[in-house]
Amino acid sequence: MDAPHQQEPVVQRLRLKYAKRGRLRFTSHRDFARAFERALRRAQVPIAYSSGFSPHPRISYANAAPTGVASEAEYLEIALKAVAEPEVVRSRLDAALPLGLDLVEVVEARTPDFAARLEASLWQLELPGVARESVSAAIGAVLAEHEVMVERLTKDGVRRFDARGAICTLFLGENLGGDVAIAGERPLSVILNAVVRNGSPSVRPDDLLVALRVVAGLVPTSPTFVTRLAQGPLDASGNVADPFDHDRE
Amino acid sequence: MYQGRYAQRMRSLWSQLEPLLPLVSKPIQYVGGELNSSVKDWGSAEVRWALMYPDAYEVGLPNQGIMILYEVLNEMDGVLAERTYAIWPDLEKLMRENGVPQFTVDGHRSVADFDLLGISFSTELGYTNMLSALDLAQIPLATAERTIDHPIVIAGGHAAFNPEPIAEFIDCAVLGDGEEAVIKITKIVREWKSLGRPGGRDGVLQRLAAAGGIYVPRFYDVEYLPDGRIKRVTPNRSDVPYRVSKHTVMDLDEWPYPKQPLVPLAETVHERMSVEIFRGCTRGCRFCQAGMITRPVRERSITGVAEMVQRGLDATGFAEVGLLSLSSADHSEIAEIAKGLADRYEGSNIGLSLPSTRVDAFNIDLANELTRNGRRSGLTFAPEGGSERMRKVINKMVTEDDLINTVRTAYQNGWRQVKLYFMCGLPTEEDDDVLQIAVLAKRVIDAGRQATGGKDIRCTVSIGGFVPKPHTPFQWAAQCDHETIDHRLKLLRAAVQGDRRYSKNIGFRYHDGKPSAIEGLLSRGDRRVGKVILTAWQRGQRFDGWSEHFSYDRWAQAAADVFADSPISLDWFTTRERLETEVLPWDHLDSGLDKEWLWSDWQESLAGGEVDDCRWSPCFDCGVCPSMGTEIQVGPTGKSIPLMPTSSLARS
Repeated sequence: MDAPHQQEPVVQRLRLKYAKRGRLRFTSHRDFARAFERALRRAQVPIAYSSGFSPHPRISYANAAPTGVASEAEYLEIALKAVAEPEVVRSRLDAALPLGLDLVEVVEARTPDFAARLEASLWQLELPGVARESVSAAIGAVLAEHEVMVERLTKDGVRRFDARGAICTLFLGENLGGDVAIAGERPLSVILNAVVRNGSPSVRPDDLLVALRVVAGLVPTSPTFVTRLAQGPLDASGNVADPFDHDRE
Repeated sequence: MYQGRYAQRMRSLWSQLEPLLPLVSKPIQYVGGELNSSVKDWGSAEVRWALMYPDAYEVGLPNQGIMILYEVLNEMDGVLAERTYAIWPDLEKLMRENGVPQFTVDGHRSVADFDLLGISFSTELGYTNMLSALDLAQIPLATAERTIDHPIVIAGGHAAFNPEPIAEFIDCAVLGDGEEAVIKITKIVREWKSLGRPGGRDGVLQRLAAAGGIYVPRFYDVEYLPDGRIKRVTPNRSDVPYRVSKHTVMDLDEWPYPKQPLVPLAETVHERMSVEIFRGCTRGCRFCQAGMITRPVRERSITGVAEMVQRGLDATGFAEVGLLSLSSADHSEIAEIAKGLADRYEGSNIGLSLPSTRVDAFNIDLANELTRNGRRSGLTFAPEGGSERMRKVINKMVTEDDLINTVRTAYQNGWRQVKLYFMCGLPTEEDDDVLQIAVLAKRVIDAGRQATGGKDIRCTVSIGGFVPKPHTPFQWAAQCDHETIDHRLKLLRAAVQGDRRYSKNIGFRYHDGKPSAIEGLLSRGDRRVGKVILTAWQRGQRFDGWSEHFSYDRWAQAAADVFADSPISLDWFTTRERLETEVLPWDHLDSGLDKEWLWSDWQESLAGGEVDDCRWSPCFDCGVCPSMGTEIQVGPTGKSIPLMPTSSLARS
């Protein structure tokens, strides 16, 4: 049997920011990965492949938002075997993906350690059926604690961990965008914003809800609609900055 | 009043469904929005179809039949088609609690609001899921209770060739190819609606029944003999045919569907694009209902195949193309197709696969072309019968030496694993016929060891229970009881595992015989089986194709309860051999096959006689072509697939 085909070398890396909106927020990370690989082929992006008997397209995913959570700020990096124009790649990939999986921005990678720059996330939680005052009180109660132990059911059983350590800030907000306009008829909700450090243990929006319940007894009446609004480095004042800043000229 | 109802009908159910989705497994399967799906304007459509595949989304989405009809219908002006699939029990429970009806995944509209609900039955195992969907849709299960405002429920697909067990639940069944049939039905319904729906529900059903190829069960009465057999089936009105004939699409090149295959976000059973390279099969395997009811063979031309592959890849971005048919290596220009496509997509990481390959049609050059830029992991063959005698009975003319030679060549060319498919419980089968499977598997391993000089050889043996099907020469046969099947599988397992020289190299996959008994009941049942289906469903039966949901005991109990104090039973429908003179429940449904020919082929089978393929030898008078006005359409055309420049986004 012949040796496996040697694939062409990588000549360019692109960083992509995409959004997961509306009903397609129910796309799991695995679902997205398959759809993205098909979109690369449809859009004829000159993606580089790994060598070997089973070549794989060179794609690096980072910090996927949980299934069911919408996002305005998901990131990934791709390696190309021919140089391409970032904006052309963005518009072609956007057209090749279903509406709701939308390519927001593409930049050429000019700096190393991109994944490490995705330090924290800004989440927006829409809490239906609760009063603004009780959310405000719950925020204060959670922030006053040094540790809030929460439990999460994983495939290996119940895991117990501290959710407080990863929380940078919690604050009440106006609607900050997301895909509220697309989703349409949703119950009137109080908006809670949270800046949470990515990393281990990863504290997800569900864990924030558990923390609010455990500490302040706050329980929304129906499932909470969550959107990741931003992801990136934490700046000096505790805001989430744009991770592409260093790659732009 | 009408205005209000109409406004309500226009509304999407999405806002009611959305809060339930975070609470269920794999919610992505219910959201729609797949690449190449479409949501047409509800208000401007005159005829609205809901198309259902009665199994889970992951099985139903890749179904070619639904995909083709969805596209054919949505291409028509003033016609709209949306899809719906079986709903898993976790969401079904929440929908019932919250009053959310069965919905389409495209527009999230209530299935009850459509004019037609077309359900494609590849197998009978979707019957209980149909009942769930009708019930969730708030459509009365019994046709007799439906009003003019309920959708017309139409069954299609291979199981529609004996729809008698579900006759009570469907308004009609379409026999044969669906492409032209759905257009015809649409025209009839459109005209009936524009005329103000004359004659009500019966009015439109009468128009459909008179059009040909469409069977309306309620226009036929069944009478029974005291011993339980059918006395006769007769029309109960003068304007419908005595026998309903199937429809056959000729010239596949005129029907290059799906042009825009659906690409799901959810993981499904086939992560590839499929192109049907021919329809029908005349190999004459006596167990194969698909081969019998889809005659004659109609090939898509080599250029037609190449155009569909290119257009489909452009539209989907899939990395694998499956060249589908009932026996793909039998296409008259398969070598040219495989080489042409392999040349065209050289270096592009596009894989080609040929899902159904016969041992005798296998050709190593072809296999090499198909795997030019991929791994040579496994090859699959279906000898079906373990012994040479069995293979003569089923007319699968493959000798043991053919198989061993083929396998040896494959191992010499880099393949390391061979999968073999067999059936257990075939007519006249004895223990020794099944034990012969072990002998064959060991010879396969020996051949592999000889060819490669290595020990690292795998052979996987998969075995299914045989179910006699309507419109085949085995339609009269006694189905083997599940105890005997389980006994033979146990013997075979011991024979494979008892030999240490081979036991580690031979994998053994099988199911127990019980599900086949229920499939047998549903396959060859008559209208009296409908009550069994209803009873089993009412007691919770769903998703019969899934072992974790299938309950033999529930089915058997339902049959025992329904058939108590009557001459018929589960066994009566399955393990009883029928005589030549018996009126079969599907005799009034015409697949083109001459019943006398089927009977003589059944007798020939018992004598171990073989029948050739009419593509390469003279017509053997199965009856299809003259009665259906069709003919064999095969190449070669002598044409070839041109190379194409591949474009890319690279900056020049």
